[in-house]
Amino acid sequence: MKLIIAAIKPFKLEEVREALTVIGVRGMMVTEIKGFGLQSGHTEIYRGAEYAVNFVPKMRLEIVVADSLADQVVDTITKTARTGKIGDGKIFVIDVSQAVRVRTGETNDDAL
Amino acid sequence: MNRVTKFAGVGAGVAAILASLPLAAYADMIKAPDATAMAGMVNKGDTTWMLVSSALVLLMSVPALGLFYGGLVRSKNMLSVLMQVFMIVSMVAIIWCVYGYSLAFTGGSPYVGGLSKAFLMGVSASSYAATFSNNVYIPEYAYVIFQMTFACITPALIVGAFAERIKFWPLMLFCGLWVTIVYFPVAHMVWYWAGPDFLTNPGQEADYGLVWGWGALDFAGGTVVHINAGIAGLMGCLVIGKRTGYGKENMSPHSLTMTMIGASMLWVGWFGFNAGSNLEANGLAALAFINTFVATAAAALSWSLVEQLRHGRPSLLGAVSGAVAGLVAVTPASGYAGPMGSIVLGLLVSPLCYTFVSVVKSRFNYDDSLDVFGVHCIGGIFGAMMTGVLAAPGLGGQGWVDYTQFPAVAGAWDMGTQLYAQFKAVMVTLLWSGGVSLVLFFVIDKVFGLRPTVEDERQGLDQTSHGENAYNM
Repeated sequence: MKLIIAAIKPFKLEEVREALTVIGVRGMMVTEIKGFGLQSGHTEIYRGAEYAVNFVPKMRLEIVVADSLADQVVDTITKTARTGKIGDGKIFVIDVSQAVRVRTGETNDDAL
Repeated sequence: MNRVTKFAGVGAGVAAILASLPLAAYADMIKAPDATAMAGMVNKGDTTWMLVSSALVLLMSVPALGLFYGGLVRSKNMLSVLMQVFMIVSMVAIIWCVYGYSLAFTGGSPYVGGLSKAFLMGVSASSYAATFSNNVYIPEYAYVIFQMTFACITPALIVGAFAERIKFWPLMLFCGLWVTIVYFPVAHMVWYWAGPDFLTNPGQEADYGLVWGWGALDFAGGTVVHINAGIAGLMGCLVIGKRTGYGKENMSPHSLTMTMIGASMLWVGWFGFNAGSNLEANGLAALAFINTFVATAAAALSWSLVEQLRHGRPSLLGAVSGAVAGLVAVTPASGYAGPMGSIVLGLLVSPLCYTFVSVVKSRFNYDDSLDVFGVHCIGGIFGAMMTGVLAAPGLGGQGWVDYTQFPAVAGAWDMGTQLYAQFKAVMVTLLWSGGVSLVLFFVIDKVFGLRPTVEDERQGLDQTSHGENAYNM
């Protein structure tokens, strides 16, 4: 099993969810986050007081899938979330050692 | 140099109306009428307008000023600002009826009134207050209420200068003392006079406040309200010091939506403030109304243009700040200037106030959190001085009325004399309010402490001073 963590632009969330559903992803966790990468934020001015806002709003997706599906998920997110402009986000893939479905006690791939 | 012969009034408009009356009407006029005669000189339209205006001015403080200020602070201090404004209004309303009205609006000395109307003694449903016209009166309760709303909002304006870093009860103590020592005397000096039917009455020829006697024109409170509160705010933010993290941390407004709602309600309420200050529902009230409308619009536009030029984008906060600056500037001029003059006034005040809030403040490095000094004091000074220009009949203004005659007549206009009177009014307010406020803040700080601890300030005043949160979501 793999855990795929992706930070994407907030307005891309719905599109990515749809595309992942199509390839067979059956669940994900989503968090509103702030962060920075190459995109260095922007400046806000309030009555002449300038603030550099370095942390930009993003959506963090956490998706656990069977090993066989992992590459396809990464590929789908990359294609769907891409605008070609700075700030499109990042994807990380991590090995997962165990999964349990709370209701039934099923484990690993059965629990996904 | 007998300046005392010159009196501020509503302008040549009234005199012109009076002059057009048939001579027989003059003959019917009663000099120094008694209460029974006054009862026949009350107009239900005027009374209605004054009561409606009073409600509009209360709306300016709660909720308008509270929302305007509250939106500008961080969310952890939202309730502290709303609470301060709400409670100052509540407290001053009581003080006003106990002794404030008496100190401001009874005769006594040129500096402050007496205590003859303390606890509203002698004020009843059948006592009357003078207007700016001979033989026109309004119920005294209506006048007490209208002026009460002014006394309530003025100290509430001050809190913006040191928002996010003040202890609640020491602030309330300051406000109670400030209205007593500063506001009531200044209101008396600028606005108190015996009335148009009494100034020619033997023994009452000098029954007026000091600044009124100089002939300074302040229609609705450029000096009494805005310069008064603005300079007090500056003193407060200097004594209390900067917010923890000022200049290093992001202190951007938590809800400009609320600020816009507050500013818009201020604009609406200000019609009561300015047009209500005419005390009669007539053409001059409508003049004050349109002046208030267009000066505000012009100032919102010009602030946005300044920002477009300086930053390449016009901000909503800039637009509403400009609107408030325009409202402040037109306050003293509203009944004297013409609409075109008011537009010019609005266009000019925003670049000036913008310079103070964005350049001067950072140059001198003081933390006037919500720009009480930069908008209210500077805008107020500009408006007070420009009133001496824009009231000129040659510029579409109303001039001034000479109440030493009965009935009153239009006074001869001299801009130099007028500007000098305006200047003296500004200086008296700056020095008295600035000086007393500095001492009050200093003493209260030494005795009770004005600042919360750094930990409390970091946690936010909503939780530490009031034990609640603005937003539980």
